[in-house]
Amino acid sequence: MNRIIKIILLDILKNKIVLAYTLILAVLSWSSFALEDNSAKGILTILNVILFTVPLVSILFSTIYLYNSSEFIELLLSQPIKRRKIWLSLFFGLSLAMVLAFFVGAGIPLLINSPDGVGLMMLIVGCLISLVFVALAFLSSIMTRDKAKGIGIAIMTWLYFALLFDGIVLFLLFQFSDYPIENAMVGVTALSPIDLARIQILLHLDVSAMMGYTGAIFKDFFGTSIGLFVSFLLLCLWVVIPFFISLRKFNRKDL
Amino acid sequence: MIEIKNIYKKFGKLEVLSDVNLSCKKGECIALIGPNGCGKTTLIKSILGMVLPDKGSIAFNGKTVLKEYLYRENIGYMPQIGRYPDNMTIGQIIEMIKKIRNSTNELDEDLLKAFELEKMFDKKMRTLSGGTTQKVSAVLAFLFNPDVLILDEPTAGLDPLASEILKEKIIKEKEKGKLIFITSHLLSELDDLITEIIFMQDGKVFFHKKVALLKAETGEDKISKAIAQVLKKNKDEQNH
Repeated sequence: MNRIIKIILLDILKNKIVLAYTLILAVLSWSSFALEDNSAKGILTILNVILFTVPLVSILFSTIYLYNSSEFIELLLSQPIKRRKIWLSLFFGLSLAMVLAFFVGAGIPLLINSPDGVGLMMLIVGCLISLVFVALAFLSSIMTRDKAKGIGIAIMTWLYFALLFDGIVLFLLFQFSDYPIENAMVGVTALSPIDLARIQILLHLDVSAMMGYTGAIFKDFFGTSIGLFVSFLLLCLWVVIPFFISLRKFNRKDL
Repeated sequence: MIEIKNIYKKFGKLEVLSDVNLSCKKGECIALIGPNGCGKTTLIKSILGMVLPDKGSIAFNGKTVLKEYLYRENIGYMPQIGRYPDNMTIGQIIEMIKKIRNSTNELDEDLLKAFELEKMFDKKMRTLSGGTTQKVSAVLAFLFNPDVLILDEPTAGLDPLASEILKEKIIKEKEKGKLIFITSHLLSELDDLITEIIFMQDGKVFFHKKVALLKAETGEDKISKAIAQVLKKNKDEQNH
């Protein structure tokens, strides 16, 4: 397996897009720490940037890369290699590349400017979000043979989690504002990895006080160590479940 | 060596293979022929595990190939249209496959030398002509000295000189006692290569015979004529 991961990783790192992505993350992170006078504000700016760009780049780049490596996959399939191994190697290769880009671009400024629990938390959440969207890319690229359709699905997925989901949640909040839905809202956040990540960071920044009663409920749940554990577990499930569905499909695919 | 039993495969509503039974032994050189879309490539891909049949079993050396992968060490496959990563060079592709196989056996680099590919080692795959890509496919198929060679339209796109080199190589490997599958539409090219013929039609095996027997039955000495006669006879029978 290591041999194939190495080949894939080297191939991805040669790609200039990953380099550009790293640079953009670095510029964004360094400048947001430089612009704000305290690191908490800087982190808040970075949070918004990261929750927007990291998912987009991870899912789009991975989907396109998977479609472009269809020849490579075909070539490997006629060799004595397990199907699982090919798909897993691609996943590890892409994940490693995306996490590495995130770590170099955003992780280093985070650790230098905010070397505390929040900075570390941000780093872990960012890496997990990268993994989640790489896994979603695997799912969207296995759904259809058509490259344009696959990339379309990837963009729609990102749009849904980055924008639409929040809109739907807001709509529900207003519609049912007469009912005690605060506890239900905690459950709803589990349906979006981006929201899970956002709430996790916000609660650690003590700005949750501004979120009113719902914020207090969130703090009650996510603020505890069990809540922390559960939300990380949920993020991990967001990686594992999409990937395993795609792996099952790949094992049964005709090439 | 390869036993195929009651294979069925559907792509959507289209039945590509239906109830295919075949048995192939060592030292045979088999031509898989038939009209376009009769399921030749699907059959080959099923043997390789690239297409998974709906029903039936395929055994390689007595062991089933479903969900297995190690048996592919003994197969060299030359696809009909070789598709390779665009931005890798010929040298990188060959190096990569060597690394992946990690084989300790002696490599067979005859074709690499005969096709003079070493001169073009740093050419990118996307810049290659169709024929040169075919040459790369052929080199990769023969490189690891496999017991079984599966060649899907090997001479299509090759210039006369290169296809002659490839034919000589196939004959050489046949004499070593390997099992060789060839699909081709150029029946005249097969004359001095093959020992058996499998004719497929509409996803079924129409006949599987030794070449000598086929020639004796039809009284022709060219494969193309013999097959034309069989088909004509079959058509007449259907009309009556």
